[in-house]
Amino acid sequence: MTAVLAASLSSQGHSFLTPTGVEIVFVLVGLAVLGAAVLTVTTSQLVHAALWLVVALGGLAIEYLLLTAEFIAWVQVLIYLGSVVVLVLFGLMLTKAPIGRSPDADSGNRWVALGVAVVAAATLVTLVVDAFRSTWMDLSSGGGSTGANGEVLFRYWVLPFEALSVLLLAALVGAIVLSRRHREEG
Amino acid sequence: MHLAYPAVLAALLFCVGLYGVLARRNSVLVLMSVELMLNAVNLNLVAFDVWLRDTLHAGQALTLFTITIAAAEIGLGLAIVLMVFRTQGTADIDRLRELADRPADQALPADADADPDLASDLAAADPDTASLTGSARGKADPA
Repeated sequence: MTAVLAASLSSQGHSFLTPTGVEIVFVLVGLAVLGAAVLTVTTSQLVHAALWLVVALGGLAIEYLLLTAEFIAWVQVLIYLGSVVVLVLFGLMLTKAPIGRSPDADSGNRWVALGVAVVAAATLVTLVVDAFRSTWMDLSSGGGSTGANGEVLFRYWVLPFEALSVLLLAALVGAIVLSRRHREEG
Repeated sequence: MHLAYPAVLAALLFCVGLYGVLARRNSVLVLMSVELMLNAVNLNLVAFDVWLRDTLHAGQALTLFTITIAAAEIGLGLAIVLMVFRTQGTADIDRLRELADRPADQALPADADADPDLASDLAAADPDTASLTGSARGKADPA
């Protein structure tokens, strides 16, 4: 009973008006991530969109580090910044994306899309803020280290892990088959 | 740290990705917006895992799985986009109208009476779709 009371008191004691250092850094990096994401979906230079995506995903890696999920952060840097963005750049190159400003990067239903996005954002943010206004998470004991993740992954999640490796192999073979140029065409 | 900060950031990032999926014309850019949405989900998973601290570490394990699936998805998606570009000559989603409703005069005679019914059904269901089919008809008529 006293422990529950103390826990509720400690969660009540944290105010949004006196943020900790981690929170300040999180909000600043979050603003950078959001700005880069908005530039990714609005810029009219296609290659610049991929480069802004690098900024957004790298900022998210910093957010993972701030949330003490260090292994996820390095996986994010390796997979997203290392391979996904390179794949996207190759895709832009192979589909002969125009270098420089292309005025028709956005389709005609841009304003409908903006309305949908703003309504969804308002709904989600209202809901989330209302639900987790006083929820406090303790960042002290870092549970996201490589050791902890590996132990959990290979003790409880082995079967999904192996199934995912088969899925990756299937996706790889499928991508090779799809992008292979057939004899009669080439 | 308050849980509200990562949750709000993830919600906003998801909506930015949603706007990108709906508003972009190039299909590679649509795939990039899908990546933004997946990353918003990942941020939520990590934040809730840090908050809940279950023994299975389900949040971070599922984040790893999501990242893997996202890598497979972008590989296959780009392969499909490349194949479409090779066969159709464009990667713009607006111009890929192979599966759109054909105008009534170009359809087969057996389908000619079924087609306006379908179009009117679409018009009743969704005005956006109706306007899309209308513009397709307008483009296809001179040709």
